[in-house]
Amino acid sequence: MNINLTLIGQMIAFVCFVVFCMKYVWPPIIAAMQERADKIADGLAAADRASHDLELAKEKAVERLKEAKEEAAAIVDSANKRGSQLVEEAKQAALVEVQRVKASAQAEIEQEANRAREQLRSQVAVLSLAGAEKILGATIDPKAHAEMVEKLAAEL
Amino acid sequence: MAGETQTISEYIVHHLTNLTYGKLPAGFEREDGSIVADGGAWVMAHGGEEAAAMGFNAIHVDSMAWSIGLGIFFCWLFRGVAKKAQAGVPSGVLNLVEMVVEFVDNTVRDTFHGKNKLVAPLALTIFVWVFLMNLMDLLPVDLIPTLLGLVGVHYQKIVPSTDPNITMGMALGIFILMLYYSIKVKGFGFVRELTLNPFNHWIFIPVNLFMEVVGLLAKPFSLGLRLFGNMYAGEMIFILIAALFSAGLAWAVPAGLLQVGWAIFHILVITLQAFIFMVLTIVYLSMAHEDH
Repeated sequence: MNINLTLIGQMIAFVCFVVFCMKYVWPPIIAAMQERADKIADGLAAADRASHDLELAKEKAVERLKEAKEEAAAIVDSANKRGSQLVEEAKQAALVEVQRVKASAQAEIEQEANRAREQLRSQVAVLSLAGAEKILGATIDPKAHAEMVEKLAAEL
Repeated sequence: MAGETQTISEYIVHHLTNLTYGKLPAGFEREDGSIVADGGAWVMAHGGEEAAAMGFNAIHVDSMAWSIGLGIFFCWLFRGVAKKAQAGVPSGVLNLVEMVVEFVDNTVRDTFHGKNKLVAPLALTIFVWVFLMNLMDLLPVDLIPTLLGLVGVHYQKIVPSTDPNITMGMALGIFILMLYYSIKVKGFGFVRELTLNPFNHWIFIPVNLFMEVVGLLAKPFSLGLRLFGNMYAGEMIFILIAALFSAGLAWAVPAGLLQVGWAIFHILVITLQAFIFMVLTIVYLSMAHEDH
């Protein structure tokens, strides 16, 4: 239990170790720990930001979905409209065609009728002359009665 | 147990004697009967009497060796970590060291409010070094001395903090720092603090000075002696328990239980003492920085 030079020796050793610790141990460890703390803080902030971004993205997605739905509805609407319009147009065209066909058929019928009438007319003269010949028993001069027959035929 | 002829008290004294190298005064009669020549002689002391005769001119080789060895171990361990330290994921010993560093850093932040780059590393060195020195207490008291006895080294105290030279050496180092920072920070205010406190009148200057100086000196003494006292007492109990083992089988079993119990309790004591030493150092240096 003697106090002796060990006291001085321990003081010197103490100073050496403290200086060593202060120069080579403390600063790098504290710096590394500080850096890590900063990194973690950054990471947490980034995570916060990311979750916020996700929230925004979700909102945006919902909005886009709504827009797309609206757009699709509009497209369907316009398609429907266009469809009915097409049907209407087709109807109109069909009607016009019907009219046209009807008209041409009518014209043809008329023409046919006219032609038949002409034929009839031309044969009326012959027939009436033949009938008259039989009735009179004499030959009738077609040239002399032509005018009268023509008149008759025209009346038909 | 060392020799068979040893009595219990011899055993205890043997365990409490440092391996001492020092200068014996001229004319001293050594254990083997030889007389030290004129001018004295630097020798290894044989026994406590010779060590005592050496006075101040001696050094406790065991205390110094263990203390410096443990200090170097501390530096090696922490320097290794400091080199490897990066901001990535820590692992293994890195975790342990960073935990200690963070703990010390927080303690310093809580207690010390001045700006000083020395205090935190100082506190870390004190905490770890004192803890390691105290930790030697948990080694069986006979293990290292017996092993060293086999190679011819007959005295060995492996717990440096049971040597008052070691604890007081550190306390005095801190005392010098206290004085240095008191004068550096407060300047003349330090003198005023010593002379005009607690009675602020010039008549009381001698009384104040006496009280303040006693208070100031009590700090390093209490600091060093507290650690020494606790560790010395703890070591003493380990030695007494170890002495019980020689009292026959009937004593060996309870002695074993006592040994284990005291060792477990001592884990708390050594950590606590290291912590107290560190905290008081920080507090004293903090007081040295505070200008009233």
